Amino acid sequence: MLELNNISITFNEGTPDEKKALNNINLRLEEGDFITVIGSNGAGKSTLMNVISGNLMPDLGDVIIDGKQMVHLPEYKRSAFIGRVFQDPMAGTSPSMTIEENLAIAYSRNKKRKLRPGVTKQRREMFKDSLKALNLGLENRLTAKVGLLSGGERQALSLLMTTFTEPSILLLDEHTAALDPSRAALITSLTETVVRNSGLTTLMVTHNMQQALDLGNRLIMMDKGQIIFDVHGEEKVKLTIEDLLHEFKRIRGIEFEDDRVVLG
Amino acid sequence: MFISIFGAMESGIIYAIMALGVYLTFRILDFPDLTVEGSFVTGAAVAASSIVNGIPPITATILAAFAGFIAGCLTGVLHTKGKINPLLAGILMMTALYSINLRIMGQPTVSLLQETTLFDQLGSIWSATGIDTFLNNLLSAIGIEQLPTTWAILLVMIVVTIIIKLLTDYFLKTEVGLALRAIGDNKKMIRSLSANTDLLIIFGVGISNALVATAGGLIGQLGGFADANMGLGLIVIGLASIIIGEALFSTKTIAKATLAVILGAIIYRIIVTLALRIDFMETGDMKMITAIIVIAALVVPKIVQTRKENKRRQVKRAQQRGNRDA
Repeated sequence: MLELNNISITFNEGTPDEKKALNNINLRLEEGDFITVIGSNGAGKSTLMNVISGNLMPDLGDVIIDGKQMVHLPEYKRSAFIGRVFQDPMAGTSPSMTIEENLAIAYSRNKKRKLRPGVTKQRREMFKDSLKALNLGLENRLTAKVGLLSGGERQALSLLMTTFTEPSILLLDEHTAALDPSRAALITSLTETVVRNSGLTTLMVTHNMQQALDLGNRLIMMDKGQIIFDVHGEEKVKLTIEDLLHEFKRIRGIEFEDDRVVLG
Repeated sequence: MFISIFGAMESGIIYAIMALGVYLTFRILDFPDLTVEGSFVTGAAVAASSIVNGIPPITATILAAFAGFIAGCLTGVLHTKGKINPLLAGILMMTALYSINLRIMGQPTVSLLQETTLFDQLGSIWSATGIDTFLNNLLSAIGIEQLPTTWAILLVMIVVTIIIKLLTDYFLKTEVGLALRAIGDNKKMIRSLSANTDLLIIFGVGISNALVATAGGLIGQLGGFADANMGLGLIVIGLASIIIGEALFSTKTIAKATLAVILGAIIYRIIVTLALRIDFMETGDMKMITAIIVIAALVVPKIVQTRKENKRRQVKRAQQRGNRDA
């Protein structure tokens, strides 16, 4: 469960470049919620992710995960509760280390790291089973260096590394945006399966409106640092891209300006 | 000839411990740490001053390692908490250590010639075993005239260095070690997987300098003195060892990579020794020789690789032409 209360953050305050990146954001994710976040460039989606993960400290407001105040905890402490998959497929894995070593590092995410072997026989079996679910044949390449994998494979591995320890919150930061369409589709369907099977509470930022409509049980639209539109349940199921564009125009009085979003 | 190569191997195997330390920072942590030029001397200074003050040589050597660990941790703190660039943090620490080393020794040089060092103790236990006479008889049988006075240092140090290597290998495969390796590879990822990168960097640089100071303490005892300037140019020697090792041997796994570094350190010593035997070379030319070795180790493998690739392409083109003609 994730709760954001009155989150505000301003960049370059007091200069001509002053920008209210987040303006009094309130958001509550219930256990098992899967929220997709859309919005044009500069809407505050990434800032929101960074505030939750601890990469950025908000000027005002609380970040509460599982009832615990997290706003003052540094990123590495928060990440015991938060799993993140980045946009860049290279960002989530360590290239010069093997697949099993990467998994071992991820396996220690919510445990204290000790001076005992990271990869054991028992763990190796568990890693193999987890990798099988990806259907990429990676379970036969446990000792291959991750740097040898393709972008799609690395992103699938990142997704597995992030989710198999079942974090309280899963953050997906446009994690299919840097992949070619077929790879993106693969990662999207993997994401759907993983989230459905594990019931992880998930927040996914995407540029792809169709993806935002296809996945999750709730959708929010952001603009200029605010949440301007929030639908869930039956209402979201019936929603179309036209509806979203129409809604944006109705609320803001202008056309949605980001071509990438519509085409994506 | 034989005796000088023997001496090169003797010091090479000790310098290999230093090279392992440099490998930990340069390659594993991706932290170009110049502290080593100071912490090597700190190791020698602490060991020498301790021995002069009547502390048993083995305890003195452990104290040297500990002093190096502290120095390295301080560099780590400067970088992680003080947000100082790694190179600059190392240079600052190295500069400060110069004064600290002088304070530890109380004078620029401490002599150990009148003292019993670790190697003296080793020698007296060793001579009772008769291994020296056996090996030297073997050597004189194949016609070598100048014989080493003792094999103790070489053989025992090989064992010690291999033990340190195996411990390093094991450590780098533990949960903490894996996280440490990920820092040099992908900091963003390891932070998102809940590792305290600051603490790991401080610890890693500490361990690295503990190894370097151990080597310093042992070299001091081998040479019979500690000197404030004995660390000069050490970082290049460490790099040379790593680069030679990586150029000549496989580094596919951690165990192979650390072995390559050790062999690189020994080969470096042998090359320098042989180079200095050329008539017009002087001791002062050693630094230039080192620089040339490093440049050669960096450039030659690339040239060889390019040649191989060109040759492979030529063969393929010839084959294609052959097929077309047929």
